Amino acid sequence: MSVRVYDLAHARAGDKGNTSNISVICYDAKHWEFLERELTPERVANAFKHIAKGPVRRFPLRNLKAFNFVIENALGGGVTISLAQDIHGKSLSNVMLAIELPEPQ
Amino acid sequence: MTSLDTVRVGAGAGTSDDRMLPALELAERGDIDYLVFECLAERTVSRENLARSKDPNLGYSPSLHARLRMVLPTCIKKGIRIVSNMGAANPVGGARAARKEAADLGLGHVPVAVVLGDDVSSIVKHKPELTLIENGEPLESILPKMISANAYLGADVVREALDTGAPIVLSGRVADPSLFLAPMLHEFGWSYDDLPKLAQGTAAGHLLECTASVTGGCFGWPGKKEVPDLAHNGYPFADIKADGSIVIGKTPDTGGRLDVMTCTEQLIYEIHDPTAYITPDCVLDITGISLTQEGNNRVGVSGAKARPRTHTYKVNVGYADGYIGEGEVSYGGIDAVARAKWAAEIVKERLKLQGFTYDDFRVDLIGMSSLHDQVEIRPEPYEVRLRLAGRTRQRKAAHAIGFEVRAMHMHGPGGAGGACEPRVRDVLAVKSVLLPRNLVNSQVVVEGAQ
Repeated sequence: MSVRVYDLAHARAGDKGNTSNISVICYDAKHWEFLERELTPERVANAFKHIAKGPVRRFPLRNLKAFNFVIENALGGGVTISLAQDIHGKSLSNVMLAIELPEPQ
Repeated sequence: MTSLDTVRVGAGAGTSDDRMLPALELAERGDIDYLVFECLAERTVSRENLARSKDPNLGYSPSLHARLRMVLPTCIKKGIRIVSNMGAANPVGGARAARKEAADLGLGHVPVAVVLGDDVSSIVKHKPELTLIENGEPLESILPKMISANAYLGADVVREALDTGAPIVLSGRVADPSLFLAPMLHEFGWSYDDLPKLAQGTAAGHLLECTASVTGGCFGWPGKKEVPDLAHNGYPFADIKADGSIVIGKTPDTGGRLDVMTCTEQLIYEIHDPTAYITPDCVLDITGISLTQEGNNRVGVSGAKARPRTHTYKVNVGYADGYIGEGEVSYGGIDAVARAKWAAEIVKERLKLQGFTYDDFRVDLIGMSSLHDQVEIRPEPYEVRLRLAGRTRQRKAAHAIGFEVRAMHMHGPGGAGGACEPRVRDVLAVKSVLLPRNLVNSQVVVEGAQ
């Protein structure tokens, strides 16, 4: 059995240059430790490997029951020169939400 | 003003293309003291600089006319002061346009305080050794193609502009949260040593700077994150007290929602390291912030921390970097995807046969892989729209992409429909450098001073 990030958290993606910044915010604070354990930078990097070269950094925001993921080399060279349709990568939060994690105990 | 010790700062725009009407609703019904229009995306100043080079009266945000025409009668009547970076690449020109709008509306002689000094192109021109943050190369590598160089100024110079008493303050590049912090500095006299208050004010500015993003925009999700009456969502304001306490609210009787969830999304938005969000005013740490629901559509913000501002300004350098060309055409029904893929190969081959080359080239199957790639694992849709895009130094090569895609109507696989006209746009690329503060000479002038 598995659970998606989508089931436990909401997310928003933003940009700076060629870097994507994606927040992951728990609906319920009790899932924060589970996400801290399972939603590792390595797992996120793997989910984005076809889009972003990385590296991926994760910043914990315990007070806000959230994490902030900073994914570098993710936006086709940067917002101003990217050939993508979604130059800002606003839709990339949905790649994050679709990540599957082992079912929490 | 809502009460004697509280100032209410409203957000009237969060991008150059932001919606118009919610700002008027906020001015009319939001009981605000200040209305801030943040209207500059990364490359907007470059674009406006090009406009100014063709006509010296232009170079401010084109939306200045419509936005001010809409809100000025209410703002002048109620004494709501306007703060905006719509001056873009020509704040003085923008101020003159604003004064003309006011006069045309019968509002008489309205002085406009203008913030100058963000344009540092003549300074960085002589500093080719500065390092580009993005790739570590010297600024020299893009100097010959430079169109603009603008420092992100802080709230201090905007406060100076407010101190003149002018009803309208116009700037070029100022960091987004700083536009909101400035009225707080002006009203309460906070100093740059008072870091807890600077932190609170900067956090408030960050929450407001994308307008509806904190009131349910860019948030709603059917069945999961419902937003009531999103079509009519209202814009936010912050109630700030002299002690730095902050409550975020929104225009009464509007749609949308403002709660801890919407505020959390916006608080973390584009912040990168949450312990070190660098603005020209301070280095903000949001990790200790608590958000609390203080009432219907009211959220309290507390616990922001900050370290002192850095000794440099971030400077965006805009430069011309060739052209992007693109074309699109649709395929539907049986074997739609196979025909689209074949068409892509034909177009690429025809471009190659004509000797065109591209620095970057991309094929999208819209409906399958244009947003998140991985075409190989996506289910085949009934219909698909093929999009080809390329970046190149030659305008002709850029145009050829859309030209050859459109020709798929007659010269490609069967059943192509609905090709768009060939599209070409100038690439205005942006990179950044850090410039020591002491080299930047920010100042205030008043257009129409009595």
